[in-house]
Amino acid sequence: MLKQKVRIKFEKTGMMRFIGHLDVMRYFQKAMRRAKIDIAYSEGFSPHQKMSFAAPLGIGLEGTGEYFDIEVNSFMPSSAMTAALNEVMVDGFKVISCKYLPESAPNAMSSVFAADYTVTIHNENVDITAEKLTAKINEFYAQTEIITEKETKKRTRTLDLKPLIYSLCCENKVIKMCLSTGSTDNIKPELVMAKFCEFIGMEYTEEPILFDYARNEIYTNAGDDNGVKLVTLENMGEDIEG
Amino acid sequence: MIKPALSDEILLKVEKPARYLGNEVNMVSKNPKDVDVRFAMCFPDVYDIGMSHLGIQILYDMFNKRDDVYCERVYSPWTDLDEIMRKENIPLFALESQEPVKNFDFLGITLQYEMCYTNVLQVLDLSQIPLFAKDRTEEHPIVIGGGPCVYNPEPIADFFDMFYIGEGETQYGKLIDLYKECKNRGLGRQVFLRRAAEEVPGIYVPSMYEVDYNEDGTIKSFEPISDTIPRTVKKEIEWNLSETYYPEKPLVPFIKAVQDRVVLEIQRGCIRGCRFCQAGMVYRPVRERDVEYLKDLAVKMLENTGHEEISLSSLSSSDYSCLKELVYFLIEEIKNKGVNISLPSLRIDAFSLDVMSKVQDIKKSSLTFAPEAGSQRLRNVINKGLTEEVIMEGAKEAFKGGWNKVKLYFMLGLPTETVEDMEEIAVLSDKIARLYYETVPKEERKGKVQITASTSFFIPKPFTPFQWATMQGQQDYIDKAKVVNTKMKSMLNAKSLKYNWHEADVTVLEGVLARGDRKVSKVILEAYRLGCIFDSWSESFSNEKWLQAFENTGIDMDFYNKRERSLDEILPWDFLDIGVTKEFLKREWKRALEEKVTPNCRDACAGCGMKALGGGICVEAKGQN
Repeated sequence: MLKQKVRIKFEKTGMMRFIGHLDVMRYFQKAMRRAKIDIAYSEGFSPHQKMSFAAPLGIGLEGTGEYFDIEVNSFMPSSAMTAALNEVMVDGFKVISCKYLPESAPNAMSSVFAADYTVTIHNENVDITAEKLTAKINEFYAQTEIITEKETKKRTRTLDLKPLIYSLCCENKVIKMCLSTGSTDNIKPELVMAKFCEFIGMEYTEEPILFDYARNEIYTNAGDDNGVKLVTLENMGEDIEG
Repeated sequence: MIKPALSDEILLKVEKPARYLGNEVNMVSKNPKDVDVRFAMCFPDVYDIGMSHLGIQILYDMFNKRDDVYCERVYSPWTDLDEIMRKENIPLFALESQEPVKNFDFLGITLQYEMCYTNVLQVLDLSQIPLFAKDRTEEHPIVIGGGPCVYNPEPIADFFDMFYIGEGETQYGKLIDLYKECKNRGLGRQVFLRRAAEEVPGIYVPSMYEVDYNEDGTIKSFEPISDTIPRTVKKEIEWNLSETYYPEKPLVPFIKAVQDRVVLEIQRGCIRGCRFCQAGMVYRPVRERDVEYLKDLAVKMLENTGHEEISLSSLSSSDYSCLKELVYFLIEEIKNKGVNISLPSLRIDAFSLDVMSKVQDIKKSSLTFAPEAGSQRLRNVINKGLTEEVIMEGAKEAFKGGWNKVKLYFMLGLPTETVEDMEEIAVLSDKIARLYYETVPKEERKGKVQITASTSFFIPKPFTPFQWATMQGQQDYIDKAKVVNTKMKSMLNAKSLKYNWHEADVTVLEGVLARGDRKVSKVILEAYRLGCIFDSWSESFSNEKWLQAFENTGIDMDFYNKRERSLDEILPWDFLDIGVTKEFLKREWKRALEEKVTPNCRDACAGCGMKALGGGICVEAKGQN
């Protein structure tokens, strides 16, 4: 039997952003059964579904462009699979697309290179005008280097964030950034905002919460030695309808 | 989407925020404005435990089938959130609407074990509902209790407006209709309570009864306050379990609950009549669900939940008459779709070993026997039909089939127990180990056989033949465990034997709460005031605080646990009629002391009283005896 890989793009919004990564995995495993997706299982007494997620999303963050891959035993048109899954979703989870991957495609997790984030002010907890915020963000990003201390398991190391922030801008109190993501140099938006607060002389606190975060898209690097070329994980596959 | 009752700051701070969000798969969403009656259904323990309870799922489904009722769920906030809610004065809310419970018409609390009683007070307190029923007014919900602990509701009677005695499927409709009538006509709380006691079968309203005590503290009289209130409250029974409420779309929690699987209740009641077992008495008579109905339900529930496992639930699955047909159906239909089957409470025999070899990994799974007592003499006393011969035969077959792990469950502190009976636990464990080495040739053995014996301490429960039994002190129980432990270590195969025993402090407390009267409510309240909650969790249980509560209130533990009760004493739960007669329980208590076994319901009718009600196994054909 020819197994095929499918990449599923979904969103996790509203109060569902408090569902942790392991529980999101469990949720989708059960959703596969409810939607009667012909997903492949491992062998043995307690078979597992062949499913792997691109990158865990922290508790409290909204995700509008999240990904996982599955393997299926039989073909189902992309649009039908999307519809079948959305039929069994709860409020706050929505499947955006189901793309078939070429056989040679690397899995979602190893493809992750960068991610887009949106940062907004939580409950107007930061008292700043839109103009000033935009100006300060531009000033912050215009620095030649943004040195920060990043804690790893063993030690704290200094790190220049600048080359790891692929873009950063702000309009009407909505901050957008594209950050290095994945197993090496995984930069969280909270770290950038903490550094930004320090830059404008404001204390960054977790309580009260200052900012809301959303991850909007995840990219792979389709470039070569000459430069980075961001391609969404979604565009690594294609819709197949029949 | 509904806005959470808790702020983002709180949700990010507490352990497992999904406990407080609702929005699970198959949650019922209604507009609270569209209904007449709002019912908050509470399991007074943490979400992970409460969500695993089948009874609530059945009632949730049943209530929500009515357009005029919205039933929502409430669980005990875990200690981290409990602290925050008290500090910030956040009222306890229901998961579905995230709205405060205090604005509901009913707060229903299921009482599954005695050690949840302080959590009942926690739920009332956090809901900002007065703890005592007498202090509640028109603006407060009606607080109603249900579940197995209501077979002696007296220790918590002061905290409840009413109790529902028996199975929930039958009378809630009538109760809700009466409530609506009283509400629409503006008759008020007191009229509703009185009329519920008078008109709705199975409803016990504690404030409609008065208790008088003798000088020695025993009950002198237990009387309704007027002639219109029934003297006894009859247990409710759903007679037809194949045409009733059962959730085809059970809720699926996000976080891993204790029961992360479809639960299929195949029958109610148990034919066995073990004399220590409350469930075996109060759920009489045995009523089976139709096998075709169960097959259909199993398929639907798996499709609607996406669970990867299904578990058959009953007190004694092996006694279900169509078990083979059902299990082989499940293996055929379901096992091939990647769904596991779990079969607790199965007798070990050729059939169950065949099934287990098909659905489990033999290397990892273990055999479970529950002889409950070590010696045949004591097994006769408790009327546990399991004999050593049956255990040895089952174990032998299993060893041949490749199993090498055995779990054994026993109780210590049973009536008439001697040191010899205790030591027999070790002797039996050793015999099973020896059997392994005799049965399995050396070259086929995969390591040692592992025999794990566990003991719990027996607690006499209302409506059992042992309801008159005396208990012992905490130290006595620990000493018993030591007797077993010493004997275990002296056995020939000691290295293959493992022995676990429970702490005894909870045992003696549970004893008081199980057979207590209305006076015991003082201790529960005082323990709660001293900070006791989540008493069934070893990390939060505080024996010191409980002992302090007994001291502060002057309630004597020994009065409830160690005192000899005479057979004609008025017991706190005597006003309830569970169908099984007190005469039968007395007869069984005497037979126990004479070490006489009573046959199970399928072999012969023992005349427990249920037959008069004319249903279930009592009216089925009996085998020749």
